[in-house]
Amino acid sequence: MKTENYAVRCQEVTKEFGQGDSRTLVLRGINLEVGFGEITMLVGQSGCGKTTLLSIIAGLLEHSGGELEVLGQRPDCENENDRIVFRRKNLGFVFQQFNLLPALTAAENAAVPLLAAGVSGKQAIKRAIELLETLGMGQRIYSFPNQLSVGQQQRIAFARALIHEPRLIVCDEPTSVLDAESGQAVMQLLASLALRPDRAVIIVTHDDRIFRFGDIIHSMSDGRVTGSNRVKDDQHDPSTGRFILPRQPLPIKIPTTTKKALL
Amino acid sequence: MNFVALRMLIGDRAKYVALIFSIAFASFLISQQASIFAGLMDRTTSQVRDVVDADIWVMDRETQYADEIRAFSDDKLYLVRGVPGVQWAVRLFKGNTTTRSEDGKFRQVILMGLDDATLVGAPRAMLLGHLEDLKRPDAIVIDRAGYEFFFPGQPLQLGRTMEMNDHRAVIAGICEASAPFATFPVVFTRYSQAVNYIGRVRNQLCFILAKPAAGISVQEACRRIEKSTGLRAMTGSEFAWQTISYYIRNTGIPVNFGITITVALIVGSVVAGQTFYIFTLENLKQFGALKAIGVTNRRLVGMIVLQALVVATIGYGFGMALSATFFEVMLHRTATRGIVMLWPTMAGTGVVIFTIVVLASLLSIRKVLVLEPAIVFRS
Repeated sequence: MKTENYAVRCQEVTKEFGQGDSRTLVLRGINLEVGFGEITMLVGQSGCGKTTLLSIIAGLLEHSGGELEVLGQRPDCENENDRIVFRRKNLGFVFQQFNLLPALTAAENAAVPLLAAGVSGKQAIKRAIELLETLGMGQRIYSFPNQLSVGQQQRIAFARALIHEPRLIVCDEPTSVLDAESGQAVMQLLASLALRPDRAVIIVTHDDRIFRFGDIIHSMSDGRVTGSNRVKDDQHDPSTGRFILPRQPLPIKIPTTTKKALL
Repeated sequence: MNFVALRMLIGDRAKYVALIFSIAFASFLISQQASIFAGLMDRTTSQVRDVVDADIWVMDRETQYADEIRAFSDDKLYLVRGVPGVQWAVRLFKGNTTTRSEDGKFRQVILMGLDDATLVGAPRAMLLGHLEDLKRPDAIVIDRAGYEFFFPGQPLQLGRTMEMNDHRAVIAGICEASAPFATFPVVFTRYSQAVNYIGRVRNQLCFILAKPAAGISVQEACRRIEKSTGLRAMTGSEFAWQTISYYIRNTGIPVNFGITITVALIVGSVVAGQTFYIFTLENLKQFGALKAIGVTNRRLVGMIVLQALVVATIGYGFGMALSATFFEVMLHRTATRGIVMLWPTMAGTGVVIFTIVVLASLLSIRKVLVLEPAIVFRS
């Protein structure tokens, strides 16, 4: 398998839990490709396996069968520690409940991936502050999560996901706790910030209000991908093939990171 | 990530305080009870330890501890003096008698009869009067605690008379003596006078105090004395430990203190362990998020150990401060004098507390190690 054009490639990926009579097949042979420079959405009813698939792609769960490549690596060929290091370098996470650390300020929360990578606290916080300022959170960098609105917490979660410039960003229901207006704003922010030719974004959602932000939408049901729809051509920029109508890219510049520190 | 661990710990203020309180409570109870136990055991050897001018104690072969004495005949003294390698040997009487003051107040006292010529075994610290005054007729030296019992609230004064076994005793000196196990007053007098205060019995020589000659080790001198006389000879330290051993084996004291210390250990372990475990459980999703983001298991374990060590250090510090305060207050009471917080107790308590906390954190560490980071995707 070659993944030069794909951030993620799944071939007949299966996942089962339990053994014997309690054995449950959650993923029944997933075939999927995630391209760079695209927002890929996994949609479907609760229990269809989309979060399990996202966990497997993110290296948080091991698949039971099939072949999986993520950014040219095969997670099943690596040990636990290698997978953790791989995640730290290459993946950014946006969780449904944000999972911000309540005892840390906004800047400290955003700096956690850099701290985990061994960047000094001072340098990590400095870069987190720069990033939060570009996200319009400059006035709240010393606020704790419980002092912030849900939308502001989501921005910190984005900052945390982006601060180490990952190549793959995985988002689990990023708009499920937001109202419609905030959801749209968050998606615009995500599209503007996250998408680059060398980066891919995977979003698990069942919020149909944000489907229009996806480049490709994979529908899942009962552990299978039952349909893959690329967004209509007339909704895309003909030069890039990307969906453009609803997006209003923000004038945001991500601070340059020192890759050496992350390595 | 260390500061993240500390912020997580301090962020949950209720559990942080509960952890520190439980560890402080356990530290306080363990150190306080262990120190009191050690102090009580130490008291059983007070009259042995107070004798600093002789290296060897000679006694009946069957003697079990310092307060149970079988006297032997005076000729044994000459036998000991005749043992090669013994520089000198003197008599020591130790017994109990009832003493009455001028106003009729009476109390059982520990009576120490010192060699008339040398006064070997005399108290180390005289508060009033001179040791040489013991050579005057009817002279006694009484310890400060005993004086305060017989003459409460009165200034220290020499020349006051007391009565022992219908014999007159004149206070010629007041001294400091280590507190006896039963808090009896301690009275020193000459050997010849002590046997009169007690009354005549066939044998009155309780102990022989001896010193080895130059170039002869204490152990060698003891061995020679035992071989030559058939008596038992040992160092003051050995005699003190034999006495402590007797009390440990034959009284309920260690059991009582042991129970309290065990309860403190159990309560401390359970409360600290459970609180710490709950703290980890409630932060499991945060640990899961850190794991997903790329924090290694090793670093997560380091974070938990750091949290455990911080609460252990603070809790232990508070516990020791409480314990020190307790003993500082107790030190100023006559009845409890000599019971102090000993540094080995502090060190031992520290080892126990840190072991408890590390063991308690093992449960939390295990929980985090087996944690599936995919938990972060569950709402």
